[in-house]
Amino acid sequence: MSALGEERVAAGERVGAPALRRAPRMRAVVGALLRKELRVELRTFESVPAMSLFSVTTYVLFHFGLQQNSVAGPLASGVLWVTLLFAAVLGVNRLFVADAEQGGFDGFLLSPADRSALALAKALALFTYLVVLELVSVPAFALLLLGVSLWQAMPDLLAILALANLGVAAIGTLVGALAVRTRARDLLGPLLSLPLLVPVVIGAALCTTPLFRDPVGGMPLRWLLTLALYDLVFAVIAYALFDFLLED
Amino acid sequence: MYGTRLRGLALLTAGLLTLTLVGVFYWAPDDETDGFLQKIFYIHVPLALVTLCGFIAAGVMAIQHLRTGEARWDMRSYVAIHISLIFGVGVLITGSIWAKGAWGHWWVWSEPTLVAFLLVMLLYATYQPLRFAIEDPERQARAASVFAITAGVFVPVCFVIVRLSTAYLHPRTLDNISGNLPGRMQVVFYLSMVSIALLWVVLWRYEMASKHASAQLRALRRLLSGDDDELPPVRRSAAPDVTGVGGVR
Amino acid sequence: MPTLPAIELRGLTRRYGERLALAEVTVALEAGQTLAVLGPNGAGKTTLLRLLATLLRPHAGEVSVLGHSLPDESWAVRGRIGLLGHEPLLYRELSARENLRFHAALHGVEEANVERLLGVVAMERRADEPLRTLSRGMVQRVAVCRALLHDPELLLLDEPRANLDPAASELVEPLVGRASGRTRVIVSHDPAGALAEADLVLGLVRGRVALLAPAAEVDAGALAELYR
Repeated sequence: MSALGEERVAAGERVGAPALRRAPRMRAVVGALLRKELRVELRTFESVPAMSLFSVTTYVLFHFGLQQNSVAGPLASGVLWVTLLFAAVLGVNRLFVADAEQGGFDGFLLSPADRSALALAKALALFTYLVVLELVSVPAFALLLLGVSLWQAMPDLLAILALANLGVAAIGTLVGALAVRTRARDLLGPLLSLPLLVPVVIGAALCTTPLFRDPVGGMPLRWLLTLALYDLVFAVIAYALFDFLLED
Repeated sequence: MYGTRLRGLALLTAGLLTLTLVGVFYWAPDDETDGFLQKIFYIHVPLALVTLCGFIAAGVMAIQHLRTGEARWDMRSYVAIHISLIFGVGVLITGSIWAKGAWGHWWVWSEPTLVAFLLVMLLYATYQPLRFAIEDPERQARAASVFAITAGVFVPVCFVIVRLSTAYLHPRTLDNISGNLPGRMQVVFYLSMVSIALLWVVLWRYEMASKHASAQLRALRRLLSGDDDELPPVRRSAAPDVTGVGGVR
Repeated sequence: MPTLPAIELRGLTRRYGERLALAEVTVALEAGQTLAVLGPNGAGKTTLLRLLATLLRPHAGEVSVLGHSLPDESWAVRGRIGLLGHEPLLYRELSARENLRFHAALHGVEEANVERLLGVVAMERRADEPLRTLSRGMVQRVAVCRALLHDPELLLLDEPRANLDPAASELVEPLVGRASGRTRVIVSHDPAGALAEADLVLGLVRGRVALLAPAAEVDAGALAELYR
């Protein structure tokens, strides 16, 4: 035992800090939660590599399934978004597993931190995983299957990807929390999230279809707006309902 | 509680439904373009509207459950979704028949209402598996309510988005009512709406009364046997237990 | 001047579906005292502990912890209660230091205290290794730190000595033992051991109070009755 420890024990003093009587700041808590999430992911590589690998394999499947060497227009949109969606659902499934198995919920609930901080941190973490997924998957798609050049469409594509990620992050956080403490969590996760994510696919695909036909032609802003609005609605819903899923 | 005046209501509903069917087959004129087949729309559209309202009502009941924590709201929400699911299957079947008759295929993607309905049904079909998969009754009820609210919001949003996204063949039934539906058709349509809505309410109350009675019976049995801590036998239903009934004080 | 009891339960009831997990539990515990909760399996001991920790809410009855009524004022007591149970509530992939710093952030507590506590339980040397590489006993030591990081007034302990070797038990004693001066609720499957530490004994059988007496008045016979 260290000398300091001995001293403390001998004095019978209570060791620890006087607790603050008000809750810690939201930003600090979200930061701590997010750092923890990313650290655990970096050490276990449970989610992101699997998602990325899965998406690349899916492109190969599509090549054989569709018997196409390259795709453009609506076909390209379909292949890209369906692949990204299924890879994302893998990530959603894993999002709360570590907490459920290692008592993370209890540990968090025992603290005076605002419950919504957990929702926000998880959504941010999922968003991050999706960005990394897309950094691998979209170039892979361009390489393997896409018939048109991606460069000119990049700014538009980035906007669409960002908004799609927001939608998946919001819905994924809600559904992940819903499904994680059930018996059939691996099945219920996809079953619940896929219908809710169809409008995201609708919006995103309708945006990318013109881009994959004519990259300089621009995209229909109305669908981008629809996607953004859908994201907003479900972000609000997820934020409002998340707390109820944490309690016992 | 749910059974009061139920018989009267049920008789009224049966009467109205009969009247509706008579009206549909004998009184309303045949449509010029679609002929006899168009009559299915008197059933299909009210079924669809009532189903959607049922899902949304279940969401509102779920909000009440989360706000008050009372188990009876959870039961109401469960039954509402249950009845609406059954009606929803009816919508898909009648819609499919109409599609076959009007456009030659059992399924058409160009029909946004049908497509949106399929999506909504796919979502709500996960409700019972979700409930079955959670054993802790409190958690189950809360998860179900969160689901019901999320799905209830999803219903109108989904319809708007799917409708916007499809080229559009489905006759605007609501517009038809105000605009193109001649007098008799309007009357029969509204009659059908009222009867089917009442049918939903009657079925809802029947199921509520039945579940309520079973719960009270179980509570009484437990009181009599003096064992209020024995686990109830494994039940096949995904329905929630109505707590606080009868003997718990 | 009478002081408020640290814990006051009146008619506490908690259901599990149509079953009763806890029924009409009434008990009061003064500050600084220790309550031992005993009873056979399934008696509701863990439920009671989780309820006091604000992880569960009561279905009926009144609950007052540290002067605040649960569940309405749960937020006010969360930073003042420490729970130490079977699960360490720590992430296996992270190190002791990382886990404790994480909990410090959740509680809004300074990081310096992490170092101090690690010193007391003699874990400084291995504080940077992932918990999954440590023995169960060491993980339990870190769990003790986690529970005490925010210097709680009330300690809720579920078999606190489980998984601790005698040396570690000694280290941990001043933190979680009687000398710490904290109000404690101990759930234990070792009636004799718990009795030695307690001021008040609560015996639960199938969710109901079967025994409630000061520890001095509880004899072996009463304990045997409880576990029959």
